[in-house]
Amino acid sequence: MNIKRTAAGLCAALLLAACFTGCGSSASDPASNASGASAAISGKVSTGGSTSMEKVVAALQEGFAELRPDVTVTYDPTGSGAGITGAMEQTLDIGLSSRDLKDSETGVTGTVVALDGIAVIVNNTNGVDDLSIEQIAAIAKGEVTNWSELGGADVKIAVIGREAGSGTRDGFESIVGVEDVCAYDQELTSTGAVITAVSSNEGAIGYASLSALKDTVKAVTVDGVVCSESTVLDGTYAIQRPFVFVTNDSVEPSAAVLAFLAFAASPEAADLIRIAGAVPLA
Amino acid sequence: MKKTNRTRDFVEVVMNVIFFTAGMAAILFTALITVYLFISGLPAIGEIGILEFLFGTRWASTADEPSYGILPFILSSFYGTAGAVLIGVPVGLLTSVYLSKVAGPRTARVVGGAVELLAGIPSVIYGLIGMIVLVPAVAELFDLASGATLLAATLVLSVMILPSIVSASVTALNAVPPEYEQASLALGATQMETYFKVSAPAAGSGIAAGIVLGVGRAIGEAMAVMMVAGNVANMPGLFRSVRFLTTAIASEMGYSSGLQRQALFSIALVLFLFIMALNGFLNRVLKGGRHHD
Repeated sequence: MNIKRTAAGLCAALLLAACFTGCGSSASDPASNASGASAAISGKVSTGGSTSMEKVVAALQEGFAELRPDVTVTYDPTGSGAGITGAMEQTLDIGLSSRDLKDSETGVTGTVVALDGIAVIVNNTNGVDDLSIEQIAAIAKGEVTNWSELGGADVKIAVIGREAGSGTRDGFESIVGVEDVCAYDQELTSTGAVITAVSSNEGAIGYASLSALKDTVKAVTVDGVVCSESTVLDGTYAIQRPFVFVTNDSVEPSAAVLAFLAFAASPEAADLIRIAGAVPLA
Repeated sequence: MKKTNRTRDFVEVVMNVIFFTAGMAAILFTALITVYLFISGLPAIGEIGILEFLFGTRWASTADEPSYGILPFILSSFYGTAGAVLIGVPVGLLTSVYLSKVAGPRTARVVGGAVELLAGIPSVIYGLIGMIVLVPAVAELFDLASGATLLAATLVLSVMILPSIVSASVTALNAVPPEYEQASLALGATQMETYFKVSAPAAGSGIAAGIVLGVGRAIGEAMAVMMVAGNVANMPGLFRSVRFLTTAIASEMGYSSGLQRQALFSIALVLFLFIMALNGFLNRVLKGGRHHD
C-alpha cells in the first residue's frame, strides 16, 4: 500500500516536472529567437533615469530575468534628465527618459519602447464630456472653479492629483503645461485612490494612467479625442508621452545590452509593458 | 528524576541571560532608531538651513527650484491635534465619569467594551470610513469642492484618541478612595458636584496622562489622516486640504530621491523629537501622579 502510494506520487511528480520543463522551454524558445542569440549570455545592464518608467522597467527586468538568468539588469530612478546624461557620459548602458530627446542632447539615440497615455477623469454624473487642453490647464491652475463655466452643472470643481514625484503627475503637469502651479484639492498616493476619490465626488477631476481606467469614473475626451490605446498609438490623443531607451552612439553595446534591447522590442515584452500600464509599440 | 541543585542553577542563569538580552533588545532598537534618524535627518537640515526648513512656508520638493519649508506640516499637525483634543477630551472625560460613577455595572460593561473595541479598530478603517462617509458629508455641509480638509482629519482624530483618554481616566477615577466621595456627599454636595469637584480633581494626574497619550496617538497617526486630509502642502485652514508631518513623509517616500528623500528623513527627525518631548512630559505627569498618591 505504502509502496504503491509512493510510486504514484513519484509518477505524479515526474509528470509535473515534465510539464514544467515542457512549458518552460516552449515559452522561452520564441523569446530567445527574438533576441537573436542562442548562446548563454551573462553580464550586467545598467539602466537609470525616468521614475515614471519604474513599472515598465520592473516588468521588463522580471521577464528578462526568466529568459536570461545570468544577466543582471539594474535600475536607478533618478529622473529623465539624469538618465539621458548617464547615457551621454557612458555611466549607464541604457538611459531612460519619459520625454523625447532635445536637439541639444547629441551623441545619443533614443528608441521609443512604449507610450504612456494619461486619461483625464471626472465623476460619472458629470455632464461635461469634452475638455480642451487649455480648459484642463485652467481647471488645474484654479482659474476655473465651477463646472457651470464649462457647460456642466453648478458644482464646484475639486482637483485631485498625485503626490510630488509621481510619474503620472509629472507627465500630466508637463504636457498640460501646469508644472508646479496646480491648485490641488487633494494629493493622493496611488492611481486607485485618485479613481476612488473622483468616483465619490460629484465635482472632482483627476488623472490616471490609461491602463488603470475603470467604469467607476468617466474619462473625458481631450480636444474631441477619446483616450484609448489606438488614439495614443496614432498620436491623436494629446496627453501622452514616450518612454524612451537612450543609448550612446559611440559605445559598442555588449551582448547583454543588445539582448535586453531586443527583448524590450519583442512581442513577449509587449504584454509585460501593457500589464505595467503603458502602451507597447510592438 | 530529581533535578539537582546544579541543573536548577544552570537554568536560572540561562533564563537570566535570556531576560537580559530581551531587555537589552528594547534599548538597542531605541538607540538604533535614534542614531539612524539623526544621521539621516541632519544632513538635509544642514543643506537647507534650519530656519528655512522649520519656518519656510512653501514645500515644493520636486519643483525646478525646490523649496523645503515644513512650517505648513508642523502647524497642520499642531492644529489637527489641538482640535482633536478640544473635541475628544470633553467627550472622553464625560464618558469616563459616566462609566466609572454613574452607569450600572451592565451598561458600564457594554459601553466600556465598545470603547475598548474603538481602540482595537485599525487606523486604516477609520480612514476608510472617514473617506467614504465623513469627507463627502463635510463637503456637503459646508458647500466645499472637496471635503478632504483639516476639519475632517480633526474629527477622525478626535474619535481615535477617545479610547486612550477614556481607559486612563476610568482607571484613575476608579482608584479615587470612596471616602473622598462619601465625605463630599455627607457634606451635602450633590452627586454631580462630587464627581466633578472631588473625584475628577483627585484623579487629575491619571486623566492628564490619558490626554497626553491621546495627543501622542493623534500626532503620530498617518494612515487615517492621509485618507481624509487631502495631503496638499497648504498652510493650515479649517476648510483647506492640509498635510501633517506624518503624511508628508508617507506620501512622498515612494518616489523620492536625493535631497527630497533626505528632507523626508529630516521631517521624521522633527516628528521624533516632538514625540520624545511629549513622552518626557508624560513621564513627568505620571511621576507627579505617583508622588501625589
